[in-house]
Amino acid sequence: MAQQTLLSVENLTVQFRGDAGWVNAVEGVDFAVRAGECLGIVGESGSGKSVSALSILKLHGRANTRYASGTIRYGGHDLLTVSQRRLRQVRGGEIAMIFQDPMSSLNPVLSIADQIMEPLRQHQGLSARAARRRAVELLEMVRISDASRRIDDYPHRLSGGMRQRVMIAIAVACRPKLLIADEPTTALDVTIQSQILELLRELQREIGMSVILITHDLGVVAEFAQRVVVMYAGRVVESAAVPALFERPVHPYTEGLIRAVPDPDADVSRLATIPGNIPDPSTPIAGCRFNPRCSEAVKSCRTEPPALADAGAGHFARCPPRIAAGRTA
Amino acid sequence: MFRTISVRLMQSIPVLLLVAVLSFILMHLLPGDPAVVIAGADATPAAVERIRRELGLDQSIWRQLLSWFLNLAQGKFGSSLMLNQTVLSAVGERLPVTLSLAALSLAIPLPIGIALGILAAYFRSSWIDAGVMAIALIGVSAPSFWIAIVSVILFSVKLGWVPSAGYAPLLTAGPGAWFASLIQPAMVLSLFQIGFLARMTRSAMLDVLEQDFIRTARAKGVSEWRTVGKHGFRNALVAVVTVSGIIVSLLIGGSVVVEQVFALPGIGRLVVQGIMARDYPLIQGTMLLFGFAFVLINVAVDIVYTLVDPRVRYD
Amino acid sequence: MTDVGLVAPSTQILAERRRFRVLRKLAAHRSFKIGLVLVTVLALCAIIGPMLTGTDPTAMSIRYRFKPPSARFPFGSDQYGRDILTRVLYGGRLSLGIGFSVALLSGVFGAMIGILAGYFRALDPYVMRLMDALMAFPAILLAIGIGAALGAQASSIVVALSVAYVPRTARIVRASVLVIREMEYLQAARVSGAGDAHIIVKHVLPNCLGPLIVQLTFIFAYAILAEATLSFLGIGPPPPAPSWGNIIAEGRDYSVEAWWVMLFPGLAVSLAALGMNLLGDGLRDVLDPRLKIET
Repeated sequence: MAQQTLLSVENLTVQFRGDAGWVNAVEGVDFAVRAGECLGIVGESGSGKSVSALSILKLHGRANTRYASGTIRYGGHDLLTVSQRRLRQVRGGEIAMIFQDPMSSLNPVLSIADQIMEPLRQHQGLSARAARRRAVELLEMVRISDASRRIDDYPHRLSGGMRQRVMIAIAVACRPKLLIADEPTTALDVTIQSQILELLRELQREIGMSVILITHDLGVVAEFAQRVVVMYAGRVVESAAVPALFERPVHPYTEGLIRAVPDPDADVSRLATIPGNIPDPSTPIAGCRFNPRCSEAVKSCRTEPPALADAGAGHFARCPPRIAAGRTA
Repeated sequence: MFRTISVRLMQSIPVLLLVAVLSFILMHLLPGDPAVVIAGADATPAAVERIRRELGLDQSIWRQLLSWFLNLAQGKFGSSLMLNQTVLSAVGERLPVTLSLAALSLAIPLPIGIALGILAAYFRSSWIDAGVMAIALIGVSAPSFWIAIVSVILFSVKLGWVPSAGYAPLLTAGPGAWFASLIQPAMVLSLFQIGFLARMTRSAMLDVLEQDFIRTARAKGVSEWRTVGKHGFRNALVAVVTVSGIIVSLLIGGSVVVEQVFALPGIGRLVVQGIMARDYPLIQGTMLLFGFAFVLINVAVDIVYTLVDPRVRYD
Repeated sequence: MTDVGLVAPSTQILAERRRFRVLRKLAAHRSFKIGLVLVTVLALCAIIGPMLTGTDPTAMSIRYRFKPPSARFPFGSDQYGRDILTRVLYGGRLSLGIGFSVALLSGVFGAMIGILAGYFRALDPYVMRLMDALMAFPAILLAIGIGAALGAQASSIVVALSVAYVPRTARIVRASVLVIREMEYLQAARVSGAGDAHIIVKHVLPNCLGPLIVQLTFIFAYAILAEATLSFLGIGPPPPAPSWGNIIAEGRDYSVEAWWVMLFPGLAVSLAALGMNLLGDGLRDVLDPRLKIET
């Protein structure tokens, strides 16, 4: 467990421009990823997990987004304040990212070759010929058959799974230290999903990179991640090592999420859902943001915004009543 | 490539035929009797009758249409009544003027309009965007003949920089005089094109810059310049190429007006003269040539389109 | 039956809410507001302006030839001593009237042809090839030809420009019809036995209105410019009745000495086209779902 911290996000608040001024998309987010590990970030859509991930490389549109507070510590610097030049070195060179929808993430009018060669030429200064040779190797590495021919195709000729493989090839082209995978399999067929995740795991081992795996699927986290961060309504509500989280979830929301994962051995009728919906970020909720959906909410939950507190052994949660009670499910 | 071109040419045949029929019908819908116009107001009925027979106007409309097509098949586009020459040679003589004007009026606005559109989109909602869009709006809103007159007063009469009218041929008068005679009309024409292109490019770029693959390019560490110029513009180009047919059409229409104001002896001026003189065969022939040119330009545009957008193929 | 009773009002409420949202977005759209003000002011000037000046736009006076702008002739006077302001106000009636009529005619015929071609697919190839062929002639040339044939008068300009713009309108309407006819609610209506006429009026037409209105706004702008151009070329409403185009045409020969004769009608044309373009930009941002809203 003596791994070094590679990147840490501290007290990150990101705001989007709404109809009535700036709205917090995520607020006071903290998490860290260690060298070589896979960190899962879990939450429903709108929980802020993608917003946090995109902030690491400052990939939000400038006009409508504001990084209101926080630091993203990486290599002794804050990525939110480093020079544009340095940021570009990090992007694709040291920290790479793949996205949810491989259909729209590749440029439709540029060839696969062009798109894979770009980071190689940019960051490693390879010649066109060397970059092309390396690009073919990368395509083979992500198991695209007939790579030397496929490389001159355009994205529309590839299936969704193949495109995500191409995206992965682009991402690992420069052997990054960290790969951020933002729901990499959500848009794909179930059968393809496990292949892609398996590929990611192999590449992680081979390159020795860290992975931040963003997903709404706790099952995926259980299988691939070592540690996990649970987000709800723009905040981190719980973070822990994977076994600890599944054995002793502290936050009622985490508990609900775990209960909602279908267990192949269990009776289907016991599959639970969490009542209610994720709140709209433009209408603030006093106290704990989960309180309207929480069956155990007490008076202080409706007034006091809870802090993320230590529940012991590196297990943090944002639920004072349960931590105080020392109670775990 | 050869396949694409031939497929697209085959597809344009019905439209070409319709264009030929339409230019025939247009002239025959016109009230008034060409024979009377040609013979003059005080010609004897016998003289009018003779001319009518010479032109084949005494035959049924179907016979006339048939002979129109038979003539076209032999490359005969008819002869002008007022010029005593064939339509083809009249157009051929004036083609260099119109082509010179068109070439300049594409060369100036294409880079300027597109660059302004990209700038406005990239700096969306800033003062740059507002400024560019204001210029573009003025460009598409001010009538070109009026701009031409104002421009002549300013640059020819007051400042004396360029001639106010007339054309200096490239070969006989030299490139300097040629350029001087065309730059003002070309600038006047360009103003509208710049406005049109800037508005088009901006809205295409706004669309493209929101796409996921732009984010991918940034995530790869590609510079802003390349992200916008290569990843963004290559996609916006598809939209710009799509409207280039309209640009050419506007250019042809605009050149008719500008040739008139600057007394440039081009095809546009020829047509206007023909219409005023009721030179029916000339109008018919030139309209047909314009129509053909436009259809073929659109074929060319479609072919360029397949080069710019790999998703489109005529198979 | 109870289902229908429950569903019908809710969709109606939704439609009403959407209409309200469109209006609110338009009210917040800057260029739409500027355009609306410009067009309204110009239209009011054209409609009631002539009544206020009390001068005859064709009244000549040798004594007042080429007077520069002054209190008596705010826009100056021309070679016949006519008041340019009065002529520009009267000209606005004609020019804006022509622009409006062209937009209306191309809208009606363009929508009819576009819906026929898009809805009855058997007609489509024939109708659209014909439209393509018509579009092969540059709009302004087609208008010059037709205008010259029908004679120099306002109505022939309206016909000529409408013929030129109908194909462009038909194309846009057809494109939206093609999208709409594949929608599930339309299939549902057809399955439940609704006739073609009912489906067209009730479902197809309302859904092409957005793009159609946007297109017509721009056609209005083009038509104002084209009318001025045609009048300038001598194929417009004949003098002495003023239109913006023929005032400029008459002022052209004296443009150096009496710049005001052509300056003010030119500004009027530009402002009118500018106003319609701004209106069109606003409408497109709000009504055309493909493009994002900007403020």
